[in-house]
Amino acid sequence: MSVRNVGIVYRKELIDSLRDRRTVISMIVVPLLVMPLLTIGMGALSLTLVSLAMKEVPSVMILGGEDSPRVMADLQRLNDVRIVPAKPDYAEEISNKEIRAAVEIPKGFDAKLAGGESSTVKIFMYEGELKSGFGADRLQRFFREMRDRTVREHLQARQLPETVARPFDIEEKNVAPPEKVGGVLLGGIIPYFVILLCLTGAMYPAMDLTAGEKERGTMETILCSPVSRTHLVLGKFLMVLTASIATAVLTIASMAVSFGAGKKMLLAFTYGAADAALQITITGKAIVSIFIVVLPLAVFFSAALLALSLFAKSFKEAQSYISPLMIVVVLPAVAALLPGVELTPALALLPVLNTSLVSKEIISGTYHWDLIALIFLSSSAYASVALAIAVKLFQREDVLFRT
Amino acid sequence: MIEARHLVKRFRDKKRGAVCAVNDVSFSCRPGEIYGLLGANGAGKTTMLRMLATILEPSEGTAIVAGFDVAKEPQKVRSCVGFLSTATALYGRLSAQEMVEYFGRLQGLDEPTLRRRIDEIFARLEMNDFRDRRCDKLSTGMKQKVSIARTLVHDPSVMIFDEPTVGLDVMAARTIAAFIRECRDSGKTVVFSTHVMREVEKLCDHIGIIHDGKLLAEGTLPQLRERFGVQDLEDLFVKVVES
Repeated sequence: MSVRNVGIVYRKELIDSLRDRRTVISMIVVPLLVMPLLTIGMGALSLTLVSLAMKEVPSVMILGGEDSPRVMADLQRLNDVRIVPAKPDYAEEISNKEIRAAVEIPKGFDAKLAGGESSTVKIFMYEGELKSGFGADRLQRFFREMRDRTVREHLQARQLPETVARPFDIEEKNVAPPEKVGGVLLGGIIPYFVILLCLTGAMYPAMDLTAGEKERGTMETILCSPVSRTHLVLGKFLMVLTASIATAVLTIASMAVSFGAGKKMLLAFTYGAADAALQITITGKAIVSIFIVVLPLAVFFSAALLALSLFAKSFKEAQSYISPLMIVVVLPAVAALLPGVELTPALALLPVLNTSLVSKEIISGTYHWDLIALIFLSSSAYASVALAIAVKLFQREDVLFRT
Repeated sequence: MIEARHLVKRFRDKKRGAVCAVNDVSFSCRPGEIYGLLGANGAGKTTMLRMLATILEPSEGTAIVAGFDVAKEPQKVRSCVGFLSTATALYGRLSAQEMVEYFGRLQGLDEPTLRRRIDEIFARLEMNDFRDRRCDKLSTGMKQKVSIARTLVHDPSVMIFDEPTVGLDVMAARTIAAFIRECRDSGKTVVFSTHVMREVEKLCDHIGIIHDGKLLAEGTLPQLRERFGVQDLEDLFVKVVES
């Protein structure tokens, strides 16, 4: 094994790639931009949108209630909703966002309430629409308070204690520290981006160094030099791995800085009313641990991408092979975001998903060292197989000279 | 010295099935000689030369190039061979000097030798004006010079040219022709493939006519003219192929 030749090929590929704008964009610019944009940009944007929605006084429509002046007067007195005149096409108006919600008061509501008779108040809203939800919440709060007040009045009239209607209370207590709550909320998204960018960082150089070389006619030039094909593929592989690791490292670094800066900004922005997601703290230990578990995955991606794109005749063909691979990687990475998916010894053997799950745990401060070791070993095994395939393919004339 | 011994190359082709691109070809070429492989497109010239340059492995037979067996010691063969064809392109994002340096290093040259060789070659081919310019910014003629410098950097004793003038203008083609002659005059063994009759007449000491992967006739131009009773090379070629 001539380390010198592998080094010569690697050095050349590095110089060549760093002069290629597309490689620089995918390897350096994207990771440096994505994390700040995601954390600070998207965070600030969503908080702005939510606070704007909360500040809005929702327009609501009251349907019926002509025979119930008491409830109507109470509703009119609400100052955090705007009552608009009733129309028969209320559903359409909610859908068109002209009003946020509507409430239907049943016939004889006041009288039934006084007589202790049951009736149903219907609230109409557009499910999933934030502002409609706020409008409906406001109406629901009003009627819930009214119901509680009525119950209290009925009990007092019969000289009964309130505990008759409410014999006991239920209280939920969170035992997870705030950073773990944040880890659960955001811990899945961060590894997802690290893994995805690790793949995209390796993608362009892998195609450029194989199918690109075939297309440009430099493959034959390099094959007539005395460098062995194994050294050639190893030099190229190291370059692709460099791009993948550089992307991962820059993503992790940019993520840590963005969270630090973004947290302060968002806390200031929300006047300290930050939710659990903002309590997330990414420690140095977490960064190093994520890097260690992502490393064999980067090797696996680099070798697999190299083998796959070597098979292609042209850059375009390589793209068509690699695009489906994106889905193959994204699916397990996204699966880790699903609620209830937890790291088990069996899942620790599944490539991508294992790394995604363990990174999620690391971010929330949980370290299962036995599973981390298992993931590192299984990912290393997959990486070795992919690299062996890439080396083998480089020896095959029908692949190198595929026309 | 090149000695091809019963070289055979078979491929599997999706449409055509098993294809024998080179079928039992033997010939030899001595130092200080230009051997021209003359054949139509698809005759098997490129496959033949790729086997000599160890880019492809022979299915049967072998060749001894500069004293090394192509099947057993391909890396040693490549250390003694300079291979140039229109398919051997340059790395566009490297400068002319970086391109030649890269191949010099892969040939195992130490840094002082590499520096000296590059200075010599760049001066001889008048490349100093564009030595730091990126290859993708060079004219066709300049690119040809960089390719020549790349093949010469390790001072190979055997030169293999696969249709090196295809697609070149007159001036660039003349540079290549002059370079091929220079290689012969400096005692190198030169094999050269073409389908251009005039190039063969002007350059080659020995000619091999290849068709459908088989070497149909070989000899010096006067010998071939006498054997087939035809003076014009094109007529001679057609007669050999049709016979």
